[in-house]
Amino acid sequence: MAGLTLRGIHKAFGDTSVLNNIDLDIADGEFLTLVGPSGCGKSTLLRIIAGLESQDRGSVSIGGSSVDHLRPHERRIAMVFQNYALYPHMSVFDNIALPLTMTRLNLFERLPLLRHLSSRRRRVMGEIAREVRAVAEQLRIETFFHRRPGQLSGGQRQRVALGRAMVRHPQAFLMDEPLSNLDAKLRVHMRGELTELHARLGVTMIYVTHDQIEAMTMSDRIAVMDHGDILQLGTPADVYERPATTAVAQFIGSPAINLFPAHVGPSGQVELLGRTLPIHVHNAPTPELTVGVRPEAMRIGGGPCVVTCRFRRRENLGSESILHFDLVASPEVAVLCRVDNNMPIPDGEVTLAFKPRDCHVFDHNGRRIEIESRMAASRGVRRASEVR
Amino acid sequence: MGTSVTIARPPAPAAIRMRRLVSLALVHGVLIGGAVFMLLPFVFMLTSAIKPPGEIFEATFRLWPRQFFGWQNFEAALSTAPLLRFLLNGLIVCGGILVVQLLVAIPCAYALAKLRFPGRPILFSLVLLGLCIPVQAPSLPLYIAFAELGILNTYLSMMMPFFLSVFAIFLFRQFFKSYPDEIIQAARLDGVGEFEIVWRIVVPSAWPAIAAFSIFSVVAHWNDLYWPLIVISDTKLATPPLGMMYFADSELGSNYGALAAGATIITAPLVIAFLIARRHFIAGITMTGIK
Repeated sequence: MAGLTLRGIHKAFGDTSVLNNIDLDIADGEFLTLVGPSGCGKSTLLRIIAGLESQDRGSVSIGGSSVDHLRPHERRIAMVFQNYALYPHMSVFDNIALPLTMTRLNLFERLPLLRHLSSRRRRVMGEIAREVRAVAEQLRIETFFHRRPGQLSGGQRQRVALGRAMVRHPQAFLMDEPLSNLDAKLRVHMRGELTELHARLGVTMIYVTHDQIEAMTMSDRIAVMDHGDILQLGTPADVYERPATTAVAQFIGSPAINLFPAHVGPSGQVELLGRTLPIHVHNAPTPELTVGVRPEAMRIGGGPCVVTCRFRRRENLGSESILHFDLVASPEVAVLCRVDNNMPIPDGEVTLAFKPRDCHVFDHNGRRIEIESRMAASRGVRRASEVR
Repeated sequence: MGTSVTIARPPAPAAIRMRRLVSLALVHGVLIGGAVFMLLPFVFMLTSAIKPPGEIFEATFRLWPRQFFGWQNFEAALSTAPLLRFLLNGLIVCGGILVVQLLVAIPCAYALAKLRFPGRPILFSLVLLGLCIPVQAPSLPLYIAFAELGILNTYLSMMMPFFLSVFAIFLFRQFFKSYPDEIIQAARLDGVGEFEIVWRIVVPSAWPAIAAFSIFSVVAHWNDLYWPLIVISDTKLATPPLGMMYFADSELGSNYGALAAGATIITAPLVIAFLIARRHFIAGITMTGIK
């Protein structure tokens, strides 16, 4: 087990730069998620940590010492791939045992036929079998030891891939979208299992996903990436409640945040669609602003902070509904509102109200601006999992 | 009726069935015609092998002879020509060529398909270029080189020019190209070296391609007359076609029944081997996309 440090990692494929000077510190035993849309560089970063890809500049350290000159297996980290990457011609047992046989047996003891001449091999294989069995019991896969990966379901294959990673007792686990190929129900289940596994093993995990729910529910910290940059690094609550940019605000949270064009008034007050909101900003570089309000912070009603909308349709999620509106002032802007199912469906034009403290204000570049609102300090910490 | 709308009426079921039958008959007719055309020499060989000399050149062709003469023909072939020796030579030469071809071509193909190194595109173009050179082109320099080395008239001289098969490199490269990168990366993380990745991880999935190539290679070299004819003068080292040629000239010259029996004996191993590996062969050919 060890922490990881990335310093100034830069990577380009041809003329396209994929990673721009990434700095990242991952604590020992931390569960860190790299999240972002596809093509944002998160998988490349993971491969650079694993040593499968080499960076153009910068360095990777594991447990305080640089691993840039080490080959993948010498870095003592394990990786779980999206499509499991099990060896198709080997049994489940052989798949899990392979990392151990590679390190503990010499070349002669691995040769076909000749290996049976070695007596040491028999003893070592006994030890390996015990260790494989121990890991398999933790993952409840010992019942299909002799089957081939092709005969297993997606969830079982994923467990075998986890077993192959665990059996080496690596310094860190790297996971590249490990749940993406599973169906929705199994994905929720495996999410829980992975979280428990992390708690039990206490080992550093770096998890890559494009699914913000996975990122929010499992991680200690989230690094939101886009276009080769880390946009924000923080706890799930941090990222959800204080998004650093409009891109982060849009990516984290489902349904996506509502964004309205706004500007700064003469006294520093925020003016939204002709209304002056009880919010002040002081350090906006230009008068143009964007105000973001999450759908779960909106309700139908009046007050100082409102937008006038026209109802379009309703999505029933069972326990609650998502109402879709158009902004009356500019109908191309869609507004979403999350309400209880017993709310009467509005008709025609309505006003949607929100609290000043639920506003996220961004400058013309999409960067967050801190607002002055006395109520902000009393804000409760909510996790997205509860909100969803 | 004031306004009539004409709708294209679907043809009657009987007409559809008729059309399908005709097209089926046509397609199969062409295929059967081709098959008959290709099989006819074999049929002639097989029937000649069991006919007495007088019946072979009769004006009317009969599939089964009036007088069964098979035993005598096969006995004559086996006793006059050292057929079993030829078969053994064929086995040694084809086996030797195939083993070295696989040992050389598989790592080359893996490197061309999965490793990134400078010069790879040029090397691959050279492989493609090599595919375009006929074996006859370098035969003279090869002959001179073998004569200088003093290895003419040996098994080695028959096998050596074929040890490096660009066709095999190309075929396996296409097959390995489709092998998932993640499995190779997982193996690297598990501490498997590149050589063991090739032989322990990738090759076990490549059996269809290996079977397909083996058939190509063995058939080509089993039937090859050209190169053995150039480097071999000792009958004891002759491969089956070369041996048959020697005996067609001398001892068995006029005994066509025995010649046909000999030809049957030397073609049989190939046909049997193909029938056994047929499924792998077809799978390998379709998988590599070479049809």
